[in-house]
Amino acid sequence: MSITTVTESATRPQPPGPLSASMTFVWRAAVKARHMPEQLGDVIMIPILFTLMFTYLFGGALAGSTVEYLRFLLPGTLVMTVVLLTVFTGVTLNTDLSSGAFDRFRSLPIWRPAPIVGLLIGDTLRYMVASALVIGLGLLIGFRPEGGVLGVVAAVGLILLFAFSLSWVWITLALILRTPAAVNIAGLLFIFPLSFVSNVFVDPETMPDWLQTFVDINPVSHLVTAVRALVHGGSPGSEVGWVLIACAALVAVFAPMSMYIYRRKV
Amino acid sequence: MDKPAVEITDMVKTFGETRALDGLDLTVDAGSVCGMLGPNGAGKTTTIRILATLLLPDRGAARVMGHDVVVDAGLVRRLVGLTGQFASVDADMTGHENLILVARLTGMKGATARKRAGDLLEVFDLMEAADRRVGTYSGGMRRRLDVAASLVAAPDVLFLDEPTTGLDPRSRSQVWEIVQGLVANGTTVLLTTQYLDEADRLADRIAVIDQGRMVAEGTSSELKASVGAATLHVSLRDVAQQPEAQRILRDALGSDAHAATDSGSFAVPVAEPEIATAAIARLFNAEISVKDFSLDRPTLDEVFFALTGRPAHTDRPDTVKESAA
Repeated sequence: MSITTVTESATRPQPPGPLSASMTFVWRAAVKARHMPEQLGDVIMIPILFTLMFTYLFGGALAGSTVEYLRFLLPGTLVMTVVLLTVFTGVTLNTDLSSGAFDRFRSLPIWRPAPIVGLLIGDTLRYMVASALVIGLGLLIGFRPEGGVLGVVAAVGLILLFAFSLSWVWITLALILRTPAAVNIAGLLFIFPLSFVSNVFVDPETMPDWLQTFVDINPVSHLVTAVRALVHGGSPGSEVGWVLIACAALVAVFAPMSMYIYRRKV
Repeated sequence: MDKPAVEITDMVKTFGETRALDGLDLTVDAGSVCGMLGPNGAGKTTTIRILATLLLPDRGAARVMGHDVVVDAGLVRRLVGLTGQFASVDADMTGHENLILVARLTGMKGATARKRAGDLLEVFDLMEAADRRVGTYSGGMRRRLDVAASLVAAPDVLFLDEPTTGLDPRSRSQVWEIVQGLVANGTTVLLTTQYLDEADRLADRIAVIDQGRMVAEGTSSELKASVGAATLHVSLRDVAQQPEAQRILRDALGSDAHAATDSGSFAVPVAEPEIATAAIARLFNAEISVKDFSLDRPTLDEVFFALTGRPAHTDRPDTVKESAA
């Protein structure tokens, strides 16, 4: 076979549709994870670490017994784990952008957002792995969700939706900042107050007023309250609505902003 | 030769204070190889990135196979292939997987994509490394894979941005063979290079770019002819005699030695070859000991110097390096 045959033989197919192109990027992420399993280290280690650490570190002190505390804490640990993992979406994208791979993608006849949407779909699968680990490990050490399978599935679904929406913030950062390390630092600086200054660990009643005000408007608090209710079979009331509003707002602002930057990126 | 494959008119692109392109005009005939020659920062990469729809021009228009790169960007992407200056293959995937990825993104399905990837690996002599991660490849293998990836959709126009920069001589000649093979098949190639011998060897026409403008365009012989009929190369036995020798030749030939260093060897443009003999005789009469001399057609290095007043290989530190990101 010679170079002449390959350049002649190719029939030029119709470009792929948006879904097909996006799913090809999900395939790419899966292939990369297979070759570099250490890339899954975060979705395996962080859930295990957080679940065990928070349960045994705070459990006895805050609620008297770990089993009792798990009932309150595990939904929060679940939210915090996934919310923290979303930062890595930005880090991955930034690494990709600085590698030159995106030059090729952007010169191909594909739906423009496909590489980013594919990345988000792939990361949603990673978040599902992390969620399963937190819940599985929780069940082993005494967590009993009163809402049953349905309640847990609904809670995880809500968390994944929030994670997807929040990821657009990191994607925007990844497109603006120069290095993966910078994205990581900016992301963590933002994510720590967002996740800790909430009702994940303790009842906000014990906090000073000004802090309570932040906790009350923090979407992570609403998410945690909704997840606690769903997991334990209670009624989340308006909390789900607040979460959905926060998701819509995040996507409405950051998705168009990131796509605008992506299209014009040098 | 119907419509040109690439047509750029009055293209301007600025990055902050830097004018990367400053009214560039360039036409590439379908089925030909055009070599864009210029030093770092001349605007070569910016031109390629605009043509491959990665950058928007500030002013001016560019058409690829008759389609505007801004208005019909989607259509242009179906017709072009790009091998950028920085490896755009994924080090965490195998060679085969990298090509399957591109094949699927051009719209090929499962088995077709795998077959296409396999065919290209065979042609580019990468079969043995097909299932190894690209991270383990040598620079030459990576570049070949990169070129293969840009040929997956059999593009009408292929852009190669400094395709042999940083390659060893063997890999370099492999890339050259690939380009020559493509051209034999009717693909239009626009390549950028800082290597004058590369442009000389591969390109049908050479566009000399400097500071975002085209300073000369033509075949290699035309460019050489435009500089003067010939170049007199002189090599002295005694380096200390160089200033005296250059002065004498300036008087005799009416032109200055260019890009001269104090090595005892230098070159002087010669308008009429007949007077070169007399010039050498004058060196002899002045008791300057000439080790060696020759009368040659000018090299592209000399062409570049004559056109821009600067040697071609100098990096200009005052210019922001193009591309990145």
